[in-house]
Amino acid sequence: MAGKRSTRPSPQTALARNSRDRVEVRKTYKQYVGGEFVRSESGRAYRPDGAVNVPRGSRKDLRDAVRAARGAFAGWAARTAMNRGQILYRAAEMLDGRRTQFIELLGGGRKAREELEQAVETLVWYAGWTDKIVQVTGTVNPVAGPFFNFTIPEPTGVVGIVAPEQPALLGLVRRLAPALCGGNVVVALASETMPIPALTLAEVLATSDFPSGVVNVLSGQRRELLPWLAAHMDVNAIDAGGCTPEEVAAIEKAAADNVKRVVKMPAGELSPHLITAFMEMKTIWHPIGV
Amino acid sequence: MAITKRQAAPLAKQTFEYAPAPEATDHIRIQPRYGLFVGGRMLEPHSKKRFPTINPATEQKLSEVAEADAVDVGRAVAAADKAFTSWSRLAPSLRARYLFRISRLIQERARELAVVETMDGGKPIKESRDVDIPLSAAHFFYYAGWADKLEWAFPNRRLRPVGVAGQVIPWNFPLLMLSWKIAPALAAGNTVVLKPAETTPLSALLFAEICQQAELPPGVVNIITGAGKTGSLLVSHPAVKKVAFTGSTEVGKLIQRTLAGTGKRLSLELGGKAANIVFEDAPLDQAVEGIVNGIYFNQGHVCCAGSRLLVQESIAKPLLEKLKQRLSTLRLGDPLDKNTDIGAINSRAQLEKIQGLVASGVEEGAEIYQPECRIPERGFWFPPTLFTNVSQSYRIAREEIFGPVLSVLTFRTPAEAVEKANNTPYGLSAGVWTDKGSRILWMAERMRAGVVWANTFNRFDPTSPFGGYKESGFGREGGVHGLLPYLELT
Amino acid sequence: MATALSLSHLGSLMRGVRSVDEVGANERAASLAQRSIKKSSKLWALDLAIRCIDLTTLEGSDTPGKVAALCAKAIRPKPGDASIPSVAAICIYPARVADACEHLQGSRVRVASVATAFPSGQSFLSIKVAETKAVVAAGADEVDMVIDRGAFLSGDYQKVYDEIVAVKEACGPAHLKVILETGELGTYDGVRRASILAMAAGADFIKTSTGKVQPAATLPVSLVMMESIRDFMRETGRPVGFKAAGGIRTSKQAIAYLVIAYETLGPDWMTPDRFRLGASTLLNDVLMQIEKERTGAYQSGDYFTID
Repeated sequence: MAGKRSTRPSPQTALARNSRDRVEVRKTYKQYVGGEFVRSESGRAYRPDGAVNVPRGSRKDLRDAVRAARGAFAGWAARTAMNRGQILYRAAEMLDGRRTQFIELLGGGRKAREELEQAVETLVWYAGWTDKIVQVTGTVNPVAGPFFNFTIPEPTGVVGIVAPEQPALLGLVRRLAPALCGGNVVVALASETMPIPALTLAEVLATSDFPSGVVNVLSGQRRELLPWLAAHMDVNAIDAGGCTPEEVAAIEKAAADNVKRVVKMPAGELSPHLITAFMEMKTIWHPIGV
Repeated sequence: MAITKRQAAPLAKQTFEYAPAPEATDHIRIQPRYGLFVGGRMLEPHSKKRFPTINPATEQKLSEVAEADAVDVGRAVAAADKAFTSWSRLAPSLRARYLFRISRLIQERARELAVVETMDGGKPIKESRDVDIPLSAAHFFYYAGWADKLEWAFPNRRLRPVGVAGQVIPWNFPLLMLSWKIAPALAAGNTVVLKPAETTPLSALLFAEICQQAELPPGVVNIITGAGKTGSLLVSHPAVKKVAFTGSTEVGKLIQRTLAGTGKRLSLELGGKAANIVFEDAPLDQAVEGIVNGIYFNQGHVCCAGSRLLVQESIAKPLLEKLKQRLSTLRLGDPLDKNTDIGAINSRAQLEKIQGLVASGVEEGAEIYQPECRIPERGFWFPPTLFTNVSQSYRIAREEIFGPVLSVLTFRTPAEAVEKANNTPYGLSAGVWTDKGSRILWMAERMRAGVVWANTFNRFDPTSPFGGYKESGFGREGGVHGLLPYLELT
Repeated sequence: MATALSLSHLGSLMRGVRSVDEVGANERAASLAQRSIKKSSKLWALDLAIRCIDLTTLEGSDTPGKVAALCAKAIRPKPGDASIPSVAAICIYPARVADACEHLQGSRVRVASVATAFPSGQSFLSIKVAETKAVVAAGADEVDMVIDRGAFLSGDYQKVYDEIVAVKEACGPAHLKVILETGELGTYDGVRRASILAMAAGADFIKTSTGKVQPAATLPVSLVMMESIRDFMRETGRPVGFKAAGGIRTSKQAIAYLVIAYETLGPDWMTPDRFRLGASTLLNDVLMQIEKERTGAYQSGDYFTID
């Protein structure tokens, strides 16, 4: 047998040895704002499950997210409906490609798998609505006079989404997809108790060709972030489906300051009404004459 | 201080020669022979007979495709019928997923499809690349989204698919016409047997490969090649519940007669002789582009082509001047050259038809204008052509030429324009060019045509319904309305 | 020597200018930009592009040293390569005209100076005329003036017209380019109207932009201007030149402008007498493209001098 030439192990040997007792390279979880992954500007973190540090988003993070969203709105709304549909479909592609990871994050087992499947299905379903919602909810109106009159839905603008605490992935996807489908830009508050799936979803969204700022995901404590979101004068609508009745009352009160639309539709259903809940109807008249 | 004046370089006349910019074809593999795509597999034709498909720009043979006879048609319909049982009962969201896959696969293989489409049919590569293929992918993407949302398209109605659809498509937009037919049919839960035109079968056969790649359940889509006889066998097969035909008005009428009394559903998309109407206040340079696009796009092989220019007399002279000048910049030649505007005529037969009608125009007394064009030696070509001094009664003003030939007539008032535009048994499309919004709407209200383009022309989108009035056919393709032919609504 | 058209009713001229369909114009420009230029045509186009460049520096920080370096680059864009032609002109601020004339003496490169309170034009006519006379006296061959956009946008077309006429007169033997500042005009209709107005007033060239405002030159705006030039030529028989300036950094863009000019105006405009590109970094990109066509390899900026 050949004797050892040196006492120091080669890198290959070191690696081989470690693979027997694996030391993971653990992920640092970050928020997703303006197309970038960032820690909270406050530098704070919290441990929702006692083990992993998650950014404890601040009002300034929220402020930055709204600013990023507003900056992205004109471009996103101006994209063709088909383009938005393709991007939402791409998100489904990316999510389906990470099914194993997400099933594990959601606790593994049949329930987790079903949740993941439904999340993918939700994205695919709403991807197919972008170029149809106008056809189904817009109208040409037969006014009594020589005028061409039509009504079309347009996106509202910056939509604040409060994800339900559970289910941690599907709850957010069910609110996100219809808002984005209609051409809105989003600032979403992840589940406070189980934020990891939402922050990982942000990675999926970041690789789905969404322009920066269209979707923003913050993590942290409800009581710290919600009042600022509800009172923000540059947020046009809030999806309060994930809120408690007390939270809803507080949101509605603050929303009055800039007449925000507060949407409280039930989470379970897939429905085009969830899309139009975040859209405005515009009616246009034009005379018909030689 | 004396400053010497620097003299500019003397005026030198330079011509900008666009050197050939050929699209690469080395990544394309066309098989020497193809079978029939039935039940998810490629089968030998029952008679073993095949016929060639050529490149109309070079007259070179590209491949040999199968001639489907009655037995083959029977097999294909049987496969579609068998597949219908499970396909129509499959969860709609799963049907959607197959259609989304097909759309994405078309995008992934876009360049290959575009090159084959150009080689097989003769249209310029920049059209197949920028129009045909992207729209085909978009069509599948749009209808994929409808598959599991039909109750929103037709609220309060009970919906069922029709069954097996027999579909016959033309040679002018082969893959696009295939998409217009197959996408809504499948989304609504039907299965199909489709016959591409005999001069342009290849993109349909590549589509068959895509169906296999998408792992579409066997028999949902069947592609059988052949000529008029095959088409006739297909539409009359008793197990075909719905027939969709795009082609000439002549054959459309034949099919309508054949189907009489059979209870089969029918939709027809036939010929046209569209009026492109230019008012004196139109943005002229853009109107010229619209006129050129209207009749010279795809060599005029377009059912909705703006083949009659109706120009308001007060600007006829400046418009025609600009138009003739613009014609002289059109580049005719190798369809695979990215700079080519006008490609090859699809077949010798079509070329002869165009030549015949053009000759009649000269004979009847119209004035012909054709810019200088370098015509390649081999292949089928016709230069962009303009006829002025045309009367409504001339054959070139009444009959569909389906070639790069524009007939110019004049009008004085909007009412006269409406009258002349509608004075035809056809009614597929119309164009209106004016700066005035109210006039656009007034004219649009009065056009007896299924598609009215204002200040644009030849615009297509999967969300936008397309189809004709009168002898241009019935039924619509595209949009929500495009689902109707493929559903039983009760 | 171009003279202003005699006009009794400027208002009716302006009202008679046709509107332009934005979508149609954008489409036509985009389809022209798709023209694929290969091999021999490409080298010819790149050579022409250089010969049509107005090599520009318009910064508050320009010094005699900067101008000297630019002039050297203008005359001999690629040291050691006599096959590369000189550019058409240098384009600079009035204070730098004398320096430029000194360095360009004996060469064919012309001196173009901006004038008339460039870039804003928000000053008095007397100043603008005096500035024009001064730059011509200092040796400028060409004057790039700006139109009064404030007057244009408020509908005072007469004022815009009269200013151009006055500046043209002050130019004497120098030729006049009129900058429309298309990025401020708001619509293609306005661009067409401004083009016709400038040409009617005697412009030798109409130019898209100062380069100080976004958007500067774009393909559709240039198409609209060139269509106006073509129509003006047909009406009056007088050819007017076209200059695109601002944001043209790549050979691909330069060639797109050349293609649009070729297909809209024809071969007679393929010359620096009627076509210019106002640019600075473009020159090196063109040199790199020429080298790439010659050697087959993609190039690095390290091998081309920055002046």
